[in-house]
Amino acid sequence: MAQTEVVDASIGDYKYGFSDPEQYVFKAKRGLTREVVAEISEIKNEPAWMREFRLKALDQFLARPMPNWGADLSHIDFDNIFYYLRPTEKQGRDWNDVPEYIKNTFDRLGIPEAERKFLAGVSAQYESEVIYHSIREDLERQGVIFCDCDTGLREHPELFKEYFGTIIPPNDNKFAALNSAVWSGGSFVYVPAGVKVEIPLQAYFRINAQNMGQFERTLIIAEPGSYVHYVEGCTAPIYSTDSLHSAVVEIIVKEGARVRYSTIQNWSNNVFNLVTKRAQAFRNATMEWVDCNLGSQVTMKYPAVYLMEPGARGEVLSIAFAGKGQHQDAGAKMVHCAPNTSSAITSKSISKNGGRASYRGLLKVHKGCENVKSNVRCDALLMDEASRTDTYPYIEIEEDRVSIGHEATVSKVSEEQLFYLRSRGMSENDAIMMIVNGFIEPIVKELPMEYAVEMNRLIQLEMEGSVG
Amino acid sequence: MAQAAELVIQDLHVNVEGREILKGLNLTVPTGEVHALMGPNGSGKSTLAYTLMGHPKYEVTQGQVLFKGEDVLEWEPDERARRGIFLAFQYPTAIPGVSMGNFLRLSLKSKRGADVPMSEFRKLVQEKMKLLKMDISFLSRYVNDGFSGGEKKRAEILQMALLEPQIAIMDETDSGLDIDALRIVSEGVNAQRSQDLGVLVITHYQRILNYIKADYVHVMVDGRIVRSGTGELVQQLEERGYDWIIEEALNPQGV
Repeated sequence: MAQTEVVDASIGDYKYGFSDPEQYVFKAKRGLTREVVAEISEIKNEPAWMREFRLKALDQFLARPMPNWGADLSHIDFDNIFYYLRPTEKQGRDWNDVPEYIKNTFDRLGIPEAERKFLAGVSAQYESEVIYHSIREDLERQGVIFCDCDTGLREHPELFKEYFGTIIPPNDNKFAALNSAVWSGGSFVYVPAGVKVEIPLQAYFRINAQNMGQFERTLIIAEPGSYVHYVEGCTAPIYSTDSLHSAVVEIIVKEGARVRYSTIQNWSNNVFNLVTKRAQAFRNATMEWVDCNLGSQVTMKYPAVYLMEPGARGEVLSIAFAGKGQHQDAGAKMVHCAPNTSSAITSKSISKNGGRASYRGLLKVHKGCENVKSNVRCDALLMDEASRTDTYPYIEIEEDRVSIGHEATVSKVSEEQLFYLRSRGMSENDAIMMIVNGFIEPIVKELPMEYAVEMNRLIQLEMEGSVG
Repeated sequence: MAQAAELVIQDLHVNVEGREILKGLNLTVPTGEVHALMGPNGSGKSTLAYTLMGHPKYEVTQGQVLFKGEDVLEWEPDERARRGIFLAFQYPTAIPGVSMGNFLRLSLKSKRGADVPMSEFRKLVQEKMKLLKMDISFLSRYVNDGFSGGEKKRAEILQMALLEPQIAIMDETDSGLDIDALRIVSEGVNAQRSQDLGVLVITHYQRILNYIKADYVHVMVDGRIVRSGTGELVQQLEERGYDWIIEEALNPQGV
């Protein structure tokens, strides 16, 4: 089987291919031009097709108007952003090779020591480039590839080219085009047929330089009958000028495979977080997005599953927290392209201190897709009168023989719940925290334990001082 | 001189949504005693319970409530709890997504004002649950969410056992319980009886008083206590109902 040969060959390369012989210290100029894009491609020593791909994407980005149907994006200044940064000269697989200041960053992010050692691979995107990468040996033996996307292109060119940009073409939307032009870093994951990756693959990243854009690109390929859980978590320090994060995540889930992609995102409050995430699920495959959005100034993110063949199942579980000055415009898309497919969307949002959380979702069932089942549930919790929540559920059903459920609720912290908890001695703040934690529990419980703890801690930080 | 550990209610008037429900209620519950408060529907029994715990909807317009000589009405509900007052709810509120385990542990931590080590908490809670014939799996269920009537009431008594209040108000704990559940709940309460605990058992029916022996019985009609007595009064109520007492209350001179 040709596929297998490619994989085997790539594993061979892997053992010796980790250190990057090319060392560049480069900081791109601000602003976006053909020269900048060409330079990024050249520095990365990319094949011609990728260079052309980038330049074509740039044209598409420039040609497309700004989307005006969602959050206010008028404050993004594209000329004042760095499109490529590379902070370290060396990529290390060994923890010992990781520079000290990067380790300090991990310390501050609170990634437990035991976890770092236990995990199959930790790839940390730090100022645009993956600087640390490790893969446990047994994963390698199974033929699993987990590396940054640049390495994926370099070391697995055929595999990479076969799938890259096929799920989200550059011209899909303005920000997918932008990412396609200037992408850097992100993860490349390949799971061979029948392989179940037992521990989550994790990537922590943060953006860290003033005026810096981050355009990571992730591509996950799950061969038939395989399983993988990919986890990304990010925090970012506060900085003074607007910053842009625009990622693209493409996932292919082949027959009988299952992929779960979990995110805890906590950008600093000036970041525009405009992310395109999409998966295609084939026969009897399952794709699950668990998406937690805190922080940022504006987030627009609608993880999508295209259900391509019978038996495919898609699920999105999402939490959005909108605090002061924040607009979380998040949701999900389920596109049923085959009969006997099913999907479920569960969305929870919390708005506080004048924050605005919008659920924006698309449920589409193409003609001829009989026996589709879909259930959409969005619950919004409003913490005060100044905050806002909206629901934009777009439903396009072209087939009669389907079963569709939709339920939306808006609630406040109830006086009776508050009184009950306070009658047990809890302060008003503790009681509110407990109710809020309970509200998001159905989604948090789906996160790996350490992320669930972190998620609750982040929510707690956000909620602090919410009562007088 | 230290104040006696007793709850003293004096001339209490309470409005709910502008309507006066309690109309000058007087009652004293010392620790070490069990008092039953009986009365027909609408007499204001639950209003008293909520008012004592500090529900914001209940507005005290006159009178005072003292605990160990201090003004209870000045305290927020959580402070009342921390000071040793407990309310077993007639209709316990569901808190979806919050496990009983987390809820109980944070409650105990709040009451003590100090963290409770997991090992100690588990030991303590298991001991109390055994008494109430509750399965350990209960701890992973969401607070009152999908509980049967009996489970809710048992959970209330479990909280009372854990928090060890000095004054416990039980608001119609017997309502909605079958005879087995009533017995278990009552045994749970009886096991907690001590010189350090005063209990106010609020009930419509005398049934629960067959299991929890009250030292004193008070009958409430139209926002006031109209008669107080001992076990004999319970028996009279059982035999004759509330009508005669209402009659007497409304026509003090007699007919």
